[in-house]
Amino acid sequence: MKLALSGDGDAFGALLSRHYDLIFRLGFRFLGSRAEAEDLAQDICVSLTAKLRGYRGDARFTTWLYRVAVNAAKDRLRKRKTRQSAAEGWADLEQMNRHADAQAAAEQRWLQQAMRSLPPDLHQTVALILGENVTHKQAADVLGISEGTVSWRMSEVKKHLRTLAETEERYP
Amino acid sequence: MTDELDRLKSALHSATPGTDPAAKARAMAAARENFEKIQGTMPNARPKPDRPHKAGGLWTGAKDMIGSIGLRPVLYATSSIVVAGLVVVTVTPFEFSRPPEMRQTTSSTDALTAPDARARLAKPEEARIERKAIAADAEAESVSPTSKSKRDADEAFAKSAPLPQVTGQVRSLMDGADVAARPEQSAAPMASAEMAPPINIPANGIIRSVPAPDADPIRLAEPQPGDRFTGFEENAVKSVADTPVSTFSVDIDTASYAYVRRSLLNGRIPPADAVRIEEMINYFPYDYAAPDLSDTPFSTSVSVLQTPWNPDTKLVHIGIQGAKPATETRPPLNLVFLIDTSGSMQSPDKLPLLKQSFRLLLNSLRPDDQVAIVAYAGSAGTVLKPTAASERNQILDSLKRLNAGGSTAGQAGLQQAYALAEDMAEDDRIGRVILATDGDFNIGISDPERLKSFIEDKRDSGVYLSVLGFGDGNYRDDMMQTLAQNGNGTAAYIDTLAEAQKVLVDQVSGALFPIADDVKIQVEFNPSQIAEYRLIGYETRALNREDFNNDKVDAGEIGAGHTVTALYEVTPVGSPALRNDPLRYAGEAATVVVNDSPEYGYLKLRYKDPGAARSKLIDTPIQPQRADATVEASFAASIAGFGQLLTGATYLMDWGWDEAIALAQSAKGADPFGYRAEAIRLMQLAKSVE
Repeated sequence: MKLALSGDGDAFGALLSRHYDLIFRLGFRFLGSRAEAEDLAQDICVSLTAKLRGYRGDARFTTWLYRVAVNAAKDRLRKRKTRQSAAEGWADLEQMNRHADAQAAAEQRWLQQAMRSLPPDLHQTVALILGENVTHKQAADVLGISEGTVSWRMSEVKKHLRTLAETEERYP
Repeated sequence: MTDELDRLKSALHSATPGTDPAAKARAMAAARENFEKIQGTMPNARPKPDRPHKAGGLWTGAKDMIGSIGLRPVLYATSSIVVAGLVVVTVTPFEFSRPPEMRQTTSSTDALTAPDARARLAKPEEARIERKAIAADAEAESVSPTSKSKRDADEAFAKSAPLPQVTGQVRSLMDGADVAARPEQSAAPMASAEMAPPINIPANGIIRSVPAPDADPIRLAEPQPGDRFTGFEENAVKSVADTPVSTFSVDIDTASYAYVRRSLLNGRIPPADAVRIEEMINYFPYDYAAPDLSDTPFSTSVSVLQTPWNPDTKLVHIGIQGAKPATETRPPLNLVFLIDTSGSMQSPDKLPLLKQSFRLLLNSLRPDDQVAIVAYAGSAGTVLKPTAASERNQILDSLKRLNAGGSTAGQAGLQQAYALAEDMAEDDRIGRVILATDGDFNIGISDPERLKSFIEDKRDSGVYLSVLGFGDGNYRDDMMQTLAQNGNGTAAYIDTLAEAQKVLVDQVSGALFPIADDVKIQVEFNPSQIAEYRLIGYETRALNREDFNNDKVDAGEIGAGHTVTALYEVTPVGSPALRNDPLRYAGEAATVVVNDSPEYGYLKLRYKDPGAARSKLIDTPIQPQRADATVEASFAASIAGFGQLLTGATYLMDWGWDEAIALAQSAKGADPFGYRAEAIRLMQLAKSVE
């Protein structure tokens, strides 16, 4: 870490190599598309050099990295909006990995539907809490909101899912 | 209503695709390009061995994509904190010949104090030497056309006869400047130095230097993207009400400490997965009470001390001391050296160091011990048929003929070594396969799980296994651990001849002569006294509660004279340090106290006599003690702190490096071999690197 900060290219490379998976994973869960996530991850990697200088070591590195990723994802969504695209994360009807297993495929369709029913703010919360297993406190730290808001957002997620379930029952 | 969230969670996890290596390489190449634009540095400003064929070398791949320059071989010796100085060294080679260029580097050297010495020496054609010295440590690294050598001269090994006698003196003249010196000639191919990779100056007590207070931390480290470690989660605090019983297997491996040392000496904080705290603690010999020689092969001591990093918790210290039967009376040994001679073993810190290590070992064997050698690379072959240890020259000749080349057929080698060991088996002889490798098994079984089942089969043949790890870059710690833990064996990481001395010679009887098999520890905490506990380290050694009494479940071995130490951090009932709130509903029922015993808990220990099928039980209560902490327990605690500081320090509050160093210093004890002093230096180094 210190080495990367002090301009050691190899150390920087090792740092990236270690964390690329995390960045990509987060990106996918924020955006719901492999291509988008790869682009996002590359943007983050490239911008990390400059950003690393802003890392003060006051937060855990992963917490800090989550924060960078969340902000990059927000930027990206904002840009998409200004391009008059209606797309808002998880909205592109991209074919997910086609699962041979019918049940797994159904589950993936459900996931896509569920995520589409949620606004992007909730995607980020879900990606952190459910995807990365961080505590509400940590997620609050990353997102720059209060812990209460995180809990509220998670209850919103539940509400959305319940509505979805009811709709499904009514229109199977 | 959490069902929906669980469903969302699992769907989210299964939908997330794996990383595409190509996309990753693209991103990293782009990042690297930008990084260099910003830093304005040249790629490969520092020498770095190319490892293009290694699986983990993503970075190397990325670099290739953006067309970096190939590396010209250079001789490269470094040491750490920069001190201008005069190096006066006398070299008295003993038994080994030394390559001429190394003699050059350690002979009288004029110091260049100019800060731009690095730049002047940057031409790849020129051999270059920089000296830095970390307190009393020195490290040398050399890269030659055929190989690369990296030696940490961080331990004193002046006492061993076959080592070259090297004495040197470095006097600090000026802080904060590079000492750079250029040998008259550039590096010669290492191939000519068959049995003699360069040995740098053993530093302890010989080289004296004063670290500059604000000197730049060492800047030589290259990340080792090929090294692989098995990930694990740090043990969490457990509530006695929920899980009153904690069970684990002993672990006498020391590989992790040596790896950590190497990383720190290279100016890198080791990856958290490489830090196994129990192995760091168990690296050090402790002076526990010896067992009375009646029937138990080891003694168990339990003490309670104040937790250094938390005033409201206690440390339960469990120390096990194995009996030390005299070398003369131990049963004769059948040793099968299984030597990895694959291409990746070529560097001087691997095969040549390995050969030297085995020479050391040979010196400490008895004439009636038997030795055989199997080498494996692309294919496995018996290099030396079982030979009495008294036939020294014959064994040495076979060792000398080994050369590195080809890929690594680890499985075939293992099969042959075990077959040979089984052939050699006789009553009253102890069979052991000693595997020396960098762990890069790329032919045959390369999946740790399959390797595990293979080794488990072989374990029943009664042959023990020692795994010696060498080198870094593609060091497969996960493989080594799999082998040692499942093959009735131990793993050690050998980075210097001094370490080989410690592992193979000082502890030869211990490493090679087991006194107890399948040693398991189980602690039941008393809920009336202890509310929470946390086992420090042993994450990879956890056992299920029911495994304790199941003699079929494998566990760690204890060798003659070994010590094993385990620490629990316990939180007494009512302490302000409690982390879990009491349950609102289950509370009353769960905390019904069936006794008012003042005991903290009950320690049970199971072990088998070597080769026996049935285990024996030792048990003892854990009493709260008022006595002052022993030096030994305090030192173990300081190393536990060291390990935790390297891995996130979740439970250490504001206890930091300074406190760890102070505690270790106060608990240094006699330290006849300087191991503890070295640990203190590493902590100081870690503090400055972090």
